[in-house]
Amino acid sequence: MIYESSWQAVLIFFLFVGFTLGLSFWLGRKAKSSEGYFAAHGQIPWFVNGVAFAGDYLSAASFLGICGMIAFYGYDGFLYSIGYLAGWIVALFVVAEPMKRLGRFTFADALDSQFNSRGIKLAAGISTLVVSIFYLIPQMVGAGALVTPLLGFDQWVGVVMVGSVVILIVVTAGMVSTTWVQFLKGALLVVFSAILTWMILDRGFKVADGGVDGHHFQSITVQADDLSNDDGKVGELNDVDVLPAADGWEKAKEKFVRLKNRTTGDVSVWRSSSEEGSSTVTLSEAQTLTKTADGKILVNGKPKGKKKGEPELHPVGYVTELPDGKTETGPLSTVEFFRTLQQSKVVLWRNEKFKTADDSEVTVYFPKVTTGGQVLRPGEHPTFKGIRSEKFTDKINFISLMLALFCGTASLPHILIRYYTVKDTSSARKSTIVGIASIGFFYVLTLYLGLGAMTSGELDVSDENMSAPLLARGMNTWLFAAISAIAFTTVLGTVSGLILAAAGAVTHDLMSSVLNWKMTDTEKVRLAKISSVFVGAIAIVLGILFQKMNPTFLVGWAFSVAASANLPSLVMILFWRGVTRQGIIAAIVVGMVSSMTWILLSGEAYSKVYGLDAAAAIVPFSQPGILTIPLGFVTLVVVSLMTSAKK
Amino acid sequence: MNPRSSRYGLILFFVYLAFYGGFVVINAFAPESMEKPLLSGLNVAIVYGFGLIIGAVVLSAVYGVLCGDVSRSENNEEKSA
Repeated sequence: MIYESSWQAVLIFFLFVGFTLGLSFWLGRKAKSSEGYFAAHGQIPWFVNGVAFAGDYLSAASFLGICGMIAFYGYDGFLYSIGYLAGWIVALFVVAEPMKRLGRFTFADALDSQFNSRGIKLAAGISTLVVSIFYLIPQMVGAGALVTPLLGFDQWVGVVMVGSVVILIVVTAGMVSTTWVQFLKGALLVVFSAILTWMILDRGFKVADGGVDGHHFQSITVQADDLSNDDGKVGELNDVDVLPAADGWEKAKEKFVRLKNRTTGDVSVWRSSSEEGSSTVTLSEAQTLTKTADGKILVNGKPKGKKKGEPELHPVGYVTELPDGKTETGPLSTVEFFRTLQQSKVVLWRNEKFKTADDSEVTVYFPKVTTGGQVLRPGEHPTFKGIRSEKFTDKINFISLMLALFCGTASLPHILIRYYTVKDTSSARKSTIVGIASIGFFYVLTLYLGLGAMTSGELDVSDENMSAPLLARGMNTWLFAAISAIAFTTVLGTVSGLILAAAGAVTHDLMSSVLNWKMTDTEKVRLAKISSVFVGAIAIVLGILFQKMNPTFLVGWAFSVAASANLPSLVMILFWRGVTRQGIIAAIVVGMVSSMTWILLSGEAYSKVYGLDAAAAIVPFSQPGILTIPLGFVTLVVVSLMTSAKK
Repeated sequence: MNPRSSRYGLILFFVYLAFYGGFVVINAFAPESMEKPLLSGLNVAIVYGFGLIIGAVVLSAVYGVLCGDVSRSENNEEKSA
């Protein structure tokens, strides 16, 4: 699609980002000591810290990724909402209070509190660094996705912008300003999502046969033999020839029919489908995006335009049938919304990519009429299709992912460091409860937002991450500007939190404890700032490399690694006296290495990162959690028993 | 560790674990039952899903109330120590 920026959007955006930056400079000028830089002097009020948890946690992945997945596949994205929130139960009931009691700046502190071992600091420091960087990638990808429609830039510009602004924030500020910024946007994100949800319910559903640009997608039913004669007629279409399925088109898994207009020479692509045993075929108008061998981009066969009105992919996402033959529902209640959708039919768009004989890369986007009942059940998205499969490993893959989401939250370094910004264990607990309430409320809204986007007529078939901002744009330009600005600062905040966690690990755990560098407080802060610049630069590069992946999916990986590496030691140190230094080190290393190796050898990495066939992957299913989390626990216990016996 | 708040925490943790585990297992081994209508036209997937989110918020609030008196005495100890 072509994105044109509007002055309102740009104005609000720069006001908001400018305000955020100003605030963080102003708050940051006091944070000169390492105590202030890493832990905000432990002086943040618990309520503010709680909402800041929401700011940290409701990242680009939650807002863009989940809404996008729901908008394209229905209920499946909501499984992530459920899993992400459930993880907070582990954080609150098991980890929060001891973390606060045992540590000072980083989670390595807490693990190391009884041992004072350099090995533990080293292992925990590295795992913090790895998890933070894994988690940074999707945030950067999300940032790029946001800036495109807002300011009309290329995606990489967005990534570089976020990266630079964040580095600026982290270098000038530290934990005090990061926390307040997080508080601000955590609150704004929840409030604006609620407003958007209210508008979706107020709008209700409306039957349509195309998106908001007014293009009507055609669907024609013809006799099967109508496609094989050359009388120039296909159903009600005159003057067209059916092109043979050749030149690479025969390789497509779906059945596509290409029709060439005799006068204009334009070729249109249709997906053909037929009921079993029927002599008729239904042709549904599709859209194509072609990348030619010499790098040109063609939309539906014509060079992609630069301005509105020139060739571009048409926006999609509409209801084709409402219950009782209605064409419009009017305002709906929170329950009626689902009940109505359940009995309606929605058009979802799927795509298939293949290479043609002239070495062009063709992506065909085609409509698929889907019943509401299918939209509101799990198992449509490729990641979750496994639950309907007969294969046992597919089911294990699903359980494994849900386990990683459950165990991952409480193992994320940038969440754990937030326990050191409040004054005592009771504040740590109370701020977690506030965090759960705000995050839970937001996740309830994600299902409305996603389904609202699905039926908004605004979706970009080629980019599911854009669904939520586009939904807002369809409602109101100002609202779109506000939502995008908030989402953008959300990314800023999450990224600065992550970079701080990583910088803390480098400075506090690796340099000062492991290498035994003697540093004054000022030097420590300076070193942390230098590390921030490096981590930020790495994040920018990775954000550009991974830009086409759904951020939620990448976050799922970060959760698996975090849970496998960190959770076993965190939990065991609280509940078992027999833990030894070597046990902890072994558990972190084994958990981290095994989960990362598994992910890199998985079918998902094969198909989405390396561009290879997923079936060629070495490991039987993609999500490592179900094996590597227990493996971490077993390693910890076995090594602890072995080493304590020697004493 | 404060024994009372950690005991409450563990009990509530296992309550939620069972609730969440049930959801995951039904999804994995009987996905078709998620489509069945359950409450005023809403299917199991929606009701159970919302239940898990609201349940987490409710349980955490319960925990906060249960720990309320504990934290007061804990703070006093910190002061006297």
